[in-house]
Amino acid sequence: MNQTTTLIGASLIGLALAGPISAADRHTEVIAATCMSCHGPGGKSLGTIPSLVDLKQDDFVKRLQEFKSGKRLSSIMKRHAAGYTDAETEALAAYFASLQ
Amino acid sequence: MSLNRRDFLKLSGAGAALAFTGCASQYGAAARGHVIVVGAGFGGATCAKYLRQWGPNLDVTLIEPNDSFVSCPFSNWVLGGLRSMDDITHSYDKLPKRGIRMLKDSVVAIDADKRIVRTQGGASIGYDRLVLAPGIEILTDSVKGFQEAEAAGKVVHAWKAGPQTALLRKQLQAMPDGGTFVMSVPAAPYRCPPGPYERACMVAYYFKQAKPKSRIILLDGNPDIASKKALFLWAWNTFYPGMIDYRPNNAPLAVDGNKMTVSTEFDDVRGDVLNVVPKQRAGTVCDLVGARNDSNKAWCTVNLATFESTAAPNVHILGDSVQSNLPKSGHMATNHAKVCAAAIVDLLAGRAPDPIPVVANTCYSATSGSTAGHVANVYRFEAGKGYVSQPEGGATSTGDEANFHYAESWSQNIWAEVLG
Repeated sequence: MNQTTTLIGASLIGLALAGPISAADRHTEVIAATCMSCHGPGGKSLGTIPSLVDLKQDDFVKRLQEFKSGKRLSSIMKRHAAGYTDAETEALAAYFASLQ
Repeated sequence: MSLNRRDFLKLSGAGAALAFTGCASQYGAAARGHVIVVGAGFGGATCAKYLRQWGPNLDVTLIEPNDSFVSCPFSNWVLGGLRSMDDITHSYDKLPKRGIRMLKDSVVAIDADKRIVRTQGGASIGYDRLVLAPGIEILTDSVKGFQEAEAAGKVVHAWKAGPQTALLRKQLQAMPDGGTFVMSVPAAPYRCPPGPYERACMVAYYFKQAKPKSRIILLDGNPDIASKKALFLWAWNTFYPGMIDYRPNNAPLAVDGNKMTVSTEFDDVRGDVLNVVPKQRAGTVCDLVGARNDSNKAWCTVNLATFESTAAPNVHILGDSVQSNLPKSGHMATNHAKVCAAAIVDLLAGRAPDPIPVVANTCYSATSGSTAGHVANVYRFEAGKGYVSQPEGGATSTGDEANFHYAESWSQNIWAEVLG
């Protein structure tokens, strides 16, 4: 079974058992949780590092794309933004928007 | 229908806003059973938290012998006088509110076939999945004389934050101006690759303020500065010129707490304060299931998509104990924990775990009382390859005030993320 089949298969089983959360969304949810190690629990920062829940969905995507391209200067975020696919960036934006 | 992974995730992204309005816990509600997590450090506490968050019907027991969490990250800041022990010590009080059963105890035996752990306090507890997150065991017998010098309170490693951190700070404070601080670093792999060099910065920062005639000899078991080399050389040359005598390929062989010397293959080096960090291996509890199974019998090999031990089924291992190309950092341990928690929830729900997890590491090091630098990487799991470092990852070559403030904010956020 290849990875795509596994993901889709897992997603369908997940849908059948438990509602509208798929394996691909779980992939996103775990990446989002890794963001929280710096950006704070639930994406709410306690200090200088920006909160993620304050960003509008479109702004989140635009900002990460600009970090990735270098259009927007950053201390550390280019190293992170370049690590995710466009699809993952969009899914992360939707996830953090859902936490607002 | 044929979709590649990118298309599939794109579709998922488009539908994600809708999907996430559903109750996230529904996905994990099918997961049932008892998970025991051993060790409430960065990895273990985070894993317990996310097991409960993503698997609301799971029973989770977190076994930890210590009363409170003492952070290794920022313990060098205590040595530099920038933080107190209180600042890096945090309560476990919030974890029970997440439905985690906290047990103050130590695991002394594991029956991996019957899935039972036995504790020092006499409890026998069954599990469906077991997570071991013990951190490191420091091989204090690998440097001749260390155990005697340590027992006498003369020489510490301070490579686990706690009483030894406080003692080393006191020794530095008691040292006369013009004295010599000797630190020795083991060959990689060891906990926190940039830690020794950050420690040199922090001790130098303290000396510059309080006893500027003092000097530091850094005996490194590695052939070169093992992490953030450009950053640390910049800091040593910029802020502490002439203060730090760096000696590569100088692994410690012996220490004498009476003569106050550290012996290497080349020399006996005398100091007023000695800080010897011996080499390390996976935490002791891993040996109870034969999980130290790399080629040196030191670290634990795991399935890096689930963190399940290759030696013991149903036993997962997190953090510094794991053999991989991922750095042994507290930050990394929290992200091992998230991938592992999601995988366990899936496995206990009868689903296949995500085969392509993505994790990141971020590590700040202070270079003075107002500057810091970082290293950051995203790692993407690929079958047959393990975690592949993504483009643009790397370290800053100089420090600045912005990174210092980000470092401070990182500590607040990650402590809240792990323990909140």
